[in-house]
Amino acid sequence: MSDSVPKLSAEPIAGRDIPTLQALRRLFRHRSAQLGMFILGVLIICAIFAERIAPYDPIVPLKEGKRRDTPCIHLFGCPLDRTQHLMGIDGNSRDLFSRVIFGARLSLQIGVSTISFAIVIGGLLGALAGFVGGWLDDLIMRSLDVLMAFPSLLLAIAIVAVLGPGLINALLAIAIIQIPIYARVVRASVLSVKELDFVAASRALGASEMRILFSRILPNALTPLIVQGTLGIATAILSAAALSFLGLGAEFPTPEWGLMLGEERNSVFNAPHLVFFPGFAIMLTVLSFNLLGDGLRDALDPRLSQVIK
Amino acid sequence: MLQFLVRRLLLMFPVLMGILLVTFTITRLVKGSPCYVMLGERATVDACNDFNRRYGLDKSLPEQFVRYMGNIAQGDFGISIKDRRPITTIIAERLPMTFELTILAMLFASTFGVLLGVISALNRNSLIDSLTMIGANMGVSMPVFWLGLLLAYFFALVLKGTPFALPPSSRLSAGMSLVPLAKTWGLVDLTGIRAFLLALISNSAILNGLITGNFPLVLDAFKHLILPATAVGTISLSVIARMTRSSLLDVLDQDYIRAARAKGLPYRRVISHHALRNALIPIVTIIGIQTGSLLGGAVLTETIFSLPGVGSRMVEAILGRDYPVVQGFSVVIASVFVLSNLLVDASYAYLDPRIRLK
Repeated sequence: MSDSVPKLSAEPIAGRDIPTLQALRRLFRHRSAQLGMFILGVLIICAIFAERIAPYDPIVPLKEGKRRDTPCIHLFGCPLDRTQHLMGIDGNSRDLFSRVIFGARLSLQIGVSTISFAIVIGGLLGALAGFVGGWLDDLIMRSLDVLMAFPSLLLAIAIVAVLGPGLINALLAIAIIQIPIYARVVRASVLSVKELDFVAASRALGASEMRILFSRILPNALTPLIVQGTLGIATAILSAAALSFLGLGAEFPTPEWGLMLGEERNSVFNAPHLVFFPGFAIMLTVLSFNLLGDGLRDALDPRLSQVIK
Repeated sequence: MLQFLVRRLLLMFPVLMGILLVTFTITRLVKGSPCYVMLGERATVDACNDFNRRYGLDKSLPEQFVRYMGNIAQGDFGISIKDRRPITTIIAERLPMTFELTILAMLFASTFGVLLGVISALNRNSLIDSLTMIGANMGVSMPVFWLGLLLAYFFALVLKGTPFALPPSSRLSAGMSLVPLAKTWGLVDLTGIRAFLLALISNSAILNGLITGNFPLVLDAFKHLILPATAVGTISLSVIARMTRSSLLDVLDQDYIRAARAKGLPYRRVISHHALRNALIPIVTIIGIQTGSLLGGAVLTETIFSLPGVGSRMVEAILGRDYPVVQGFSVVIASVFVLSNLLVDASYAYLDPRIRLK
């Protein structure tokens, strides 16, 4: 008789039962997320070890070499007596490859810092609006609606005009135009769980309103925030590059990809490589965050991925 | 339907008021007085006081705002500080160009976006599907200004001398000119809203050419718009293609599609009449949302292709502290944005009779 008793599983609390680990596993199996993480990994390595990887200084002009010289790669048959410049030399006699490598550091910083700022401010506003409700909700959300009635890039340009051109102000402008998105995300999550029993239980146990908001309600907003934030970094990097391209963001001689494109836009017909490489770098970076964001959405929200496939 | 439209149009007013307030505040916060920017070296204290009085800048801010709103209600957007011309005239000059660009870009993006999305969905997980989706992902990630420059390089330099060469800049070729319709039709003394509308039509090179039968002009204007419209439209194209694919895949799994197939309807008809029609709602939504990003992209593209549109003038005005222009243009752009959202909502009812507009 004892043989027929089903054996208890030896690993009742194995890793696969923990939702976070499950999500991570789904993420690592997701094909576009794999590609995104790979590109992002390369970029992060470039950013951290920029000094080691870049063969020249990104700012100081080279002593020799022609301005706007074409790329010279020894591996691809460039004569050995010419110095190697993987991406050519820019209009100010600087090695483009070194500038692109240092640009990775700047762009990643730009993306992460603006979005963190937008998440903190937008998240607080959204949490306040959803949690308190009433007139405060209306005031906050309607004001943010007005911000969203403008095409975002134009609004960013206008804000930069108020603050004055410069990288920091451009970043602030980009963070401001992203605030409404995160406010909406957090408000929606707050509203969806505010009335649920576990919140009422916390309240009955005497938890303070602050504690209820921060440790009971807000963790529910984490998933959409991670997904939206990752995709937001992509948008932020693109917008920062656009502002710098227009001359409203990073200033000479900063190795910022958008600025590098803007500086050389008039030489696109005689030195197209100077336009191609920085733009390609922007595209790769933005692409990696977009792919990772898509992967995160599928991995963190299994219901959604079942629908979309 | 009519009730819905009227209600939504009325609801636009608070939003527009908010927009006016925001632009008014932003322009007043800008560092540096417009007087110093405009008069430069000649800006003495007296000259500046004079200047401020002439443009009403010496009044208190609330008074300026109320006065401004009153003027706008009468269709008077003020006068540009920079070139002393009425804002309405500048809008009538610049808006048609941006409209042409945006509409062409939207047509390009939605036609090819929906087409690629449908092809992808019908060949799910095939090579075509993977390639399209990789392309779409890259399209979303490209900076508009980079794509614009590359297109200009490729079509104006690499393909130079071939029939595929396209002009990389400006609105019309040298030697081509736009004759105002008011002049052609002898309506120079027209004023008010009618003159404004006539100017809008007349300044659209494509419309102007079509009306007067000047087809070389239409062709030339169109050629100059192909590259910018492609650059602006590519991001939207990718977004639309992705949305079409996922929305169609969603629908294709439904029972009524299987039922339609089982009934023996031809596959084409099932796709076009049963699946696509139901998949269209999210697609239309995304197309509407994209209008805003198109307007933003138009700013950058107009700069690259030296097109005289709203975007390039707006950037100029912001940098030159030309308050009235910034305000007038913001109101116009935001209204277009809000109106396009309204159109999207209204189109739901047409696409899906189950949705009732309230």
